[in-house]
Amino acid sequence: MAMNTNSPKQTSHLKREILVRLIRAFLSDDFEERTRLIPYDMRPKGSEVPYRCCIYKERAILRDRTIADLGYSIEEADDSILLSDLAKKALDREEPEDHPLTVLTTACKGCVPARIYVTDLCQGCVARPCESTCKFGAISVKNGKSVIDPEKCKNCGMCVQVCPYQAITKIIVPCENACPVGAIAKDEEGHAKIDFDKCISCGKCASACPFGAVHEKSQIIDVLKQIKAGKEVIAMIAPAMIGQLPCTPQQLKDAIQKLGFADVYEVAQGADITTKNEAHEFEERLMKGAEFMTTSCCAGYNELVDKHIPEMKPFRSDTKTPLYYTAEIVKKEHPEAVTVFFSPCVAKKREALNDKNIDYVLNYEEVGAWMIALNIQVAECEGSEFKTEASAEARNYCVTGGVAKAVQSLLPEDLPTHPVIIDGLTKQSVRDLKKYAKNGVCDLGNLIEVMACTGGCLGGNSTVNAMKPALKQVTNYVNESKHIKDMEEE
Amino acid sequence: MDKKISVNVCLGTTCFVMGSSNLQELIETVPAKYGDKVEVSGVPCLGLCSIDWEFSKAPYVKVDDEIIKEATVEKVLKAIDEKLKK
Repeated sequence: MAMNTNSPKQTSHLKREILVRLIRAFLSDDFEERTRLIPYDMRPKGSEVPYRCCIYKERAILRDRTIADLGYSIEEADDSILLSDLAKKALDREEPEDHPLTVLTTACKGCVPARIYVTDLCQGCVARPCESTCKFGAISVKNGKSVIDPEKCKNCGMCVQVCPYQAITKIIVPCENACPVGAIAKDEEGHAKIDFDKCISCGKCASACPFGAVHEKSQIIDVLKQIKAGKEVIAMIAPAMIGQLPCTPQQLKDAIQKLGFADVYEVAQGADITTKNEAHEFEERLMKGAEFMTTSCCAGYNELVDKHIPEMKPFRSDTKTPLYYTAEIVKKEHPEAVTVFFSPCVAKKREALNDKNIDYVLNYEEVGAWMIALNIQVAECEGSEFKTEASAEARNYCVTGGVAKAVQSLLPEDLPTHPVIIDGLTKQSVRDLKKYAKNGVCDLGNLIEVMACTGGCLGGNSTVNAMKPALKQVTNYVNESKHIKDMEEE
Repeated sequence: MDKKISVNVCLGTTCFVMGSSNLQELIETVPAKYGDKVEVSGVPCLGLCSIDWEFSKAPYVKVDDEIIKEATVEKVLKAIDEKLKK
């Protein structure tokens, strides 16, 4: 389903506002106190109460959101701890916390549990297809209306489909519904809880929750700290970043350097290595008689395979991600540097935790908030060139189908290559992938590109720009870049 | 012929990050809906966000002289409709 993953939502407005205030607090002369005051600055005495029951709850929730931006788990933070104490703790922290997602339970209470519900539209008809179609005997007619016995109902939804009045509806919990692997569910108290053994960090729950109750733990303070300490901090920007702000790629580089970064590398540079290795690997596998191969650059997909589809491992490419190769190059050229990946999604935070060459990860909301905090007008930046050129194919990695297209561009024409594009992980596409792995064959093709997000990285959970204009910007950049084949010949 | 209504969507960094990225669709949908009665364009920073903490009220859109704070597609369309009624 083409869900609008980055629609204008009040929750992202709130999240971004807190980030800007937190960054300004860090840059002020009293970080701890300014941080403590964020909820009060946003909801001063006598101000409107736009969303919750009272000003106190508004402030409590803003406080919890600030905790996530400080990089801590909201579930684990004691209610009585002051934001100023957490700000101090964040300054002393050496490493980011391991799992990047956290749930704000106070914001989550409003959802009713997922179930099938008979509405007032039920006519108590004579045919009663709901009653006869239910395999579990969960529906009976009482006082002229269908009634569901929750003890017997298995939420299969058959009654919803057969009701001639469309009187039966399925009430969904958006986060549970969006999660492709069943890793988030309500606990006994009705609060959403993430099972981190199952979670693949795709961030779909964070995008889906209308209350903005699922947060990313930010590493912004850690990065600000490194820059303040005068370290050589280098930004590595994913191809999707090019489409995020209203400026040229060269202006973007300039703007990032204005934040205090010593240099900016395009991860597309590493994508060129991924393309070459993966094309080589694909050809080799096919020669050996392999039925199919999947790509391996999406962190959400990689975690899916590791945690839920181990039988897919032999079919997944062993080639490393563009980020892996880029970080390796940066650390080789600048052994003392601190590396920061600019990511469209939360899943890459997990990948970075297992890669010693990647020190921190920031998402585009955080980068955007940082630009606001420093009043940087990206469209007015002068612009500077990237030192290493990347190909058109590499710069197009962030668009769904782009990875398979890049790999295919380097394959011999007589090699029977049939790309299959999994454009976003859903419960259904996970089932499909399990089937391919189990049967050892995919009847649709042999080069399977898997993207956890619909639309590719441009649809990532922490992107700023809407899909269409972002795609336009990326495509313009791709069109002015050289083809990987032509670059090889040089 | 009446004067055209002018709609300026601020595409400065602050407005863009705070949500005008999602208002870019207006640049296509408004002419399709209102024809030549309304002129809509994305403009560089209008300077409204730099006043104290006013960044939190971004994104800004100007419909003629009227400033719309925390603009959404719905708010902008409503403002256009009201001006057309006059």
